[in-house]
Parts: sequence; structure tokens; C-alpha cells
Amino acid sequence: MLPEHQVCITGIGQTPAARPSNRSALKLTLDACLEAIHDAGIKVEDVDGLICHPGKTPEGGGISPVGTVETMMALGIRPVWTNPSSHEGPGHMAAIFQGIMAIATGLCKHVLCFRSVAQASARMKSRESTLLTGNRERIDPGNNAFAVPYHAYSPVNLWALYAQAYFDKYGATEEQLGWVSVNGRRHAQHNPNALYRGRELSIEDYLASRMITTPLRLYDCDSHIDGSTAILLSAKDLAKDLKNPPINIEAMGMSMGAFGEGLHTGDFTMTPAEHCGTMLWNRTDMTPKDVQCAQIYDGFSIHVWLWLEAMGLSGRGEAASFIAGGTRTAVDGVMPLNTSGGQLSAGRFHGYGHTHEAAVQLWGRGGGRQVPGAKTAMAVNGGYGYGAMLLRTD
Amino acid sequence: MGMPDRKLPLLTTETEAFWTGGKDGCLMIQRCTACGLYQHPPLPICSACRTETVLPTAVSGRARIKTFTINHQAWVPGLDEKFVFAAVELEEQAEIYVFTNILAPPEKVHSGMAVKVCFEHHEDVWLPMFELAGGPDAS
Repeated sequence: MLPEHQVCITGIGQTPAARPSNRSALKLTLDACLEAIHDAGIKVEDVDGLICHPGKTPEGGGISPVGTVETMMALGIRPVWTNPSSHEGPGHMAAIFQGIMAIATGLCKHVLCFRSVAQASARMKSRESTLLTGNRERIDPGNNAFAVPYHAYSPVNLWALYAQAYFDKYGATEEQLGWVSVNGRRHAQHNPNALYRGRELSIEDYLASRMITTPLRLYDCDSHIDGSTAILLSAKDLAKDLKNPPINIEAMGMSMGAFGEGLHTGDFTMTPAEHCGTMLWNRTDMTPKDVQCAQIYDGFSIHVWLWLEAMGLSGRGEAASFIAGGTRTAVDGVMPLNTSGGQLSAGRFHGYGHTHEAAVQLWGRGGGRQVPGAKTAMAVNGGYGYGAMLLRTD
Repeated sequence: MGMPDRKLPLLTTETEAFWTGGKDGCLMIQRCTACGLYQHPPLPICSACRTETVLPTAVSGRARIKTFTINHQAWVPGLDEKFVFAAVELEEQAEIYVFTNILAPPEKVHSGMAVKVCFEHHEDVWLPMFELAGGPDAS
């Protein structure tokens, strides 16, 4: 039996996005974790596995300010297994994959996975702390050393290369790219946790926004926040007796890239996420046609085009025209897309917002952004490493 | 108007040749003497045939702009001028890409243009930069 078939998502929790929050990063983490535990209806003491993505980082910048040890301590639990996942793994979803493995091997029954960020607070202290340059004297080879010396201060400079290559190859337009952001912003109006709830965005607003690095504009970039998301995984034989209908993990996919090390192959219109898509679809009889909503990583808008094509959810070179206009990707469209607003409009929950939203949809909690009758959802994460899950309720 | 100091790379056993070749006017790209493949970024072994016979090798310095971006955002104080950040594909081998700046007015730059290497010296680093070579575009 596949490991992912032995595990279900049974509870979720998420704080609102804040810039900054008046709660500490640890408090945000505990709020999200306790919400997920109570959501599933288990006792806090029942959590016997704890993992976060990535490990607590001492470098600052707020990218991962909270670790498993202090969370364990504050929750007053004694898990048999704790582990931080790594930036080096298959994207943000690495922690969830490891949690799946811990349950499938019989080590744990309930694994709590969390992702906390405090980048909004960090930037108030040091703007440079969240740039690729960081606070280092010299750039070592794993940290974008082949890009940073050329004044590439942000990952957006790298992803702009992919956007420009896609424009050049397929004749895609700025307006088509703008619809990625406009689509998400529309959905964010119905998401109480979204950073930009109450601030609508039209395609005209998008086109009038300032250029960051061609062809990417302000609204092609997600927004750093303070916030936390928690996902509770449970053994399948226990999940059926909990509060929520179990969310089955139909298939998972993962792959790694080496962008931080400077390795780029192909023609800059595809990423190693292609391998993640191949792996996922090789593990299921379902097909892209079965996906009823797609929660696609959108640290930058261009990610959505590349990911949709990597997962076979749109044809090669067709993602741009598929999303344009926003009709096909609305909640009543053929493939509702980023129904939480995604990172572009809900805030940079850094991958975990997408899995959280997939569960929201499958449990019918979406309110004004609910996809009618959603039984299957795709969630994908990552820009430098890649992870995907096809989720379903029966 | 101007540009801030560049944040320089740490030189390592593998990367030193690439970052210092400009001292002798050469773009140094690692090549496997067993299978003949170039690889960049440099590594201790050939990632294709796994032999240790990789050597920094001077290449022609001729390349084409594969893709590029014009940066507008002033990420740090003093970053006042628009500039071009690009991936150039070396003529020696398909899909060997080097990140660089294109030393040309941003509005003149587009994908497919022929470029040639030049170097910018800072401390113990000679950053490979590229300028327009003229001639027909590949695009």
C-alpha cells in the first residue's frame, strides 16, 4: 500500500495574516496548532509526532522563527518523533511528506505539521534580512552566489527570467499574467484570514502598478506576513472516528531543483516540478480532469503558469490563456484556482496556505469562495523544491 | 545616481577559477576531460560520468542572451539605475547558462542577442559581465 494511502488530513488551523502581528511567532504557532488539534477532535496529548518546515533558522529574516522544541514544550506534549524539515527538500510540503512517512511506518498516529513566518516583523527591523543578500559578508555557493553579485537581490529577479522566457516562447502578455493576481484577489475577499481582504484589484490596477523587474510588477509578488498554519495528519484507521470526514491523500509527488546553487536547465519555461507531476500521476488512476479545484503555489505569479503545466492541469504554453479573464478559474469555473487568494492575496503563509485551503474546500467551509461539491483538490508548493498532493474526500 | 557595492561571492575550491579567471582575461568554465562535457556551476566531479577529471577551461566568452530582466526596484539604498540581469547561454554547449549583467542600455536588450564576456574587478573577484557583440540575433 502506498504510504500516503495510510494517512489522512484530519484537522487544520491558521491564524489571520498580519503585517505585523501583535502576537509573538510562538503564540501564532500555538494558536494554529491548537486550532488544528481541536478541529480534528483529538486530545492535545494524542499528538505523538511534531514537525515544522523548515527548521528554526537562526539567521533572522523571520522565514522560520519557531521550532519544534519550543512548540512541544508549550503544548506540553511528549511526541515520539519530532523533526524539522529542510529548505533542501521537495519544497515546503517536505514536512507533510515526512509526517506521512512517520505514520505509514507505524511510528506515529497523529503528526502535527506547522509552518510559521514572521517576515513582516523581521522587515520592520532590517529590510535587508529578507533579501537574498542577507546579512552575510560574502555569498556562499548554496545561497544564490551566482546571482547575488549581479545585483539580483530578490528571488523575483530569477523568476522574472522565467516569465520573460515564457513571454518570448509563447507570446504571452502582461495582461494575461495579471489575471493570476486578479483571480486570487477576487477569492481573497471571502477569506477571513487573507491579508488583502477588503482591498480589491482590477486588471487595470494591475497594469498601472509599478514594475519591479520586467515583466513582473508589484502585484506579481506575494506579501510577507506574520502568521502560522498547522495541518494535522492521522493514521487512516483512526481518522474515520474523528470529527471531520477524513481527507484522503490520493497521491503525492516530489522533486528537487538546485536554483539556489545556480543550476538551470531547459529553456526557462519549465522547472524540475515536471518530475513532481510525473511522480504524482504515476501513483494514481485519477487524471487531471478529476481535479475540482487547484491550490497552486504563487510566491510569484509566474509560478502558477509553470506549475499548472508541470502538473498537466493545463497544456504546454496554454496556462496564460487559460487563466486570462478569470472565468475558468472562478469558484464556478472549470478549474477554480487559488480560492483562498493564494499567497499573492492571502499572504505568504509559505506553502501551507495552499494545503489548508484544499482542506477548507473539501470540508465545504469556503463560504463565499466555496467550490460547489468539491471532492478533489490539488495542492502544490515550491519554487526551488517541489511537492504536490492530490486530495479527496469520499 | 549610481549603484551600491556588489555583494561578492565566497571563493571555494570549486568556484575560485570561475571568479578569478578574469585576472587573465579568461572565462573559466569547468569541463570534464573524460567525457568532454562542460558543467556550470562547478563541482568536484563530473555530474554526467562521475569522474574527478574536471578542469577549469577557458572558453570563448561568446554567448547569447537566453532570457533577461530589467530591474526597476531599488532593493537597497543607492540602487538608482535600471539594470539588466540575464542568463546567457555559452556557445560551447547548449544549456550551459551563466548569470550576469548585460552592460548595455536596458531598452536595447532582448533575448537572443549575441554577447561577449568582459570582467569587472572587485577585491579578489573578477565578475564575468557581458556586453553586446553586435551581429545577427538568434531569436
